[in-house]
Amino acid sequence: MPYIANTDQDVKEMLQAIGCKDLDDLWTKAEVKGPYPQFKYMPQAMSEFEVVKHIKELAKRNKTELVNFVGAGFYDHFIPSAVSEVTSRSEFYTAYTPYQPEASQGTLQAIYEYQTAICTLSGMNVSNASMYDGGTALFEAMMLGCRVTRRRRAVISGAISPIYREMIHCYSSNLSVELVEVPSTGVESSLSSLLDSINDKTACVIVQYPNFFGSIEDWTEFTAEVHKRGAIAICSTYLTSLAMIKTPGEMGFDVVTAEGQCLGIQLSFGGPYLGVMACNDKCMRKMPGRICGQTVDKDGKIGYVLTMQAREQHIRREDAMSNICSNENLCALTALVYLTVIGKEGLRQVARLCSSKAVYLRNLLLGIKGIEPVGDSPFFNEFVIKLPCDASEIVQKLIDRGFAIGFPLGRYYPTRKDQLLICVTEKRTKEEMKALANTMEAVLWN
Amino acid sequence: MKKFTKEHEWIVLNGTEAIIGITDHAAHELGDITFVELPAIGAQINAGEVLTVVESVKAASDVFSPVSGIVCDANKELDANPQLVNDSPEEDAWICKMKDVDASELDGLMDEKEYRAFVATL
Repeated sequence: MPYIANTDQDVKEMLQAIGCKDLDDLWTKAEVKGPYPQFKYMPQAMSEFEVVKHIKELAKRNKTELVNFVGAGFYDHFIPSAVSEVTSRSEFYTAYTPYQPEASQGTLQAIYEYQTAICTLSGMNVSNASMYDGGTALFEAMMLGCRVTRRRRAVISGAISPIYREMIHCYSSNLSVELVEVPSTGVESSLSSLLDSINDKTACVIVQYPNFFGSIEDWTEFTAEVHKRGAIAICSTYLTSLAMIKTPGEMGFDVVTAEGQCLGIQLSFGGPYLGVMACNDKCMRKMPGRICGQTVDKDGKIGYVLTMQAREQHIRREDAMSNICSNENLCALTALVYLTVIGKEGLRQVARLCSSKAVYLRNLLLGIKGIEPVGDSPFFNEFVIKLPCDASEIVQKLIDRGFAIGFPLGRYYPTRKDQLLICVTEKRTKEEMKALANTMEAVLWN
Repeated sequence: MKKFTKEHEWIVLNGTEAIIGITDHAAHELGDITFVELPAIGAQINAGEVLTVVESVKAASDVFSPVSGIVCDANKELDANPQLVNDSPEEDAWICKMKDVDASELDGLMDEKEYRAFVATL
């Protein structure tokens, strides 16, 4: 049975409607460039054994054993084995969208508990059932700000992940939203410049905490100022750090988003990841995505259901809060199981280890001739150092010696080619850090 | 005198100040109302523009302004008790008041008898 249900007659009518005489004419007019795929020259079929051997050889070209000091939004935290034991249970793994609550209480309870965990961690009142990833969640938060304030101008901190800023620009490119970027200074977010950029057309101010360079800043007075000017305050955060530092909720943010990968999700070369979004009561009805609620059935027993669906596109259509009609259910479950297995004390311990190990490594590295600190702000587990040469070259040399040393800032900040963003998680040992420092020194000076 | 629109809003004019709500028919069709988004005080709305949104368990429905004017009051009762719209849509559950309303804009609207007859045809 053909996958594409168009008959030759359908195709003919469609081509006529757009003024093309045949498909080749369409490709020409649409400027689809060749060469077009040729299926005459397919390789000979291989046996299962040969295929497995071939794929393994391809996979060997990846370096999977590098000692990982890269952060920049995606973190190498330890994942207890119990997490995948629970999430790979077929009841969870194969559960579909819980649109029929009577048949989905297990998965709905898990979503509700995930939402509760996110609220507890971030200090916010309401969480949704998750979004695709931290970057799209941040974009959605910006649109939420526009809806709540009925304004169309967003002030964006240059100390937000450059990857996320690119995503926001891309998603907004055909929307009538004015984006105003305020550059960061050194490793700081330029709070006063951000405030100066707010005018009476500003819907929201978007910042990152800890910021992309790892710095921790207190935004409490800032959010009060933002509110005085009628805008809402949005924070993109690092959830693990919130076990140890002031929560965005306590600082007065209206919306908090995050990449949930740090909560028990494999790095997996970029995904699947977990978009986290939580907000205060004022923004609740404008929040996109699914929301799970707790209620009672006709016998008074507790039950769970997707609620406030009048925000979503299957009811509001073009007036919906977003066109997202999904969530990262399995990843949200993973985050919940991770938090449950690690526990409150465990998460605090993870955070403390990250923080103290980062301080240790930074001191070791600053003891090497030629390596300078950049800024002196308090940081969680990431910091920036300045090298006496191009950081990308050093990154490559260190890869050859078994270390993924850090994120070279020159990739997104052209004036900072000699700077490196380095991250330490609880997984890094003293031996690994000493080995890194020794190797750095050798590479720089031998 | 209460006037009615084809979109099932009602309006009462006192001088240049109008009170607006949705009709019994609309409330009944929507089902249990779960939320009424109150319009912003000071908002300038033109006749026919969306004034606000009323949400029920099964739908979200735009409420259109029958007249042009400036929102000067909103019924905060509806924040805590959206159910009021089902209990008393044409009396206690008024949604908002508007000022600077031109009385002539009501001329094209239906009176109660006409509106109830209109509903009977639906």
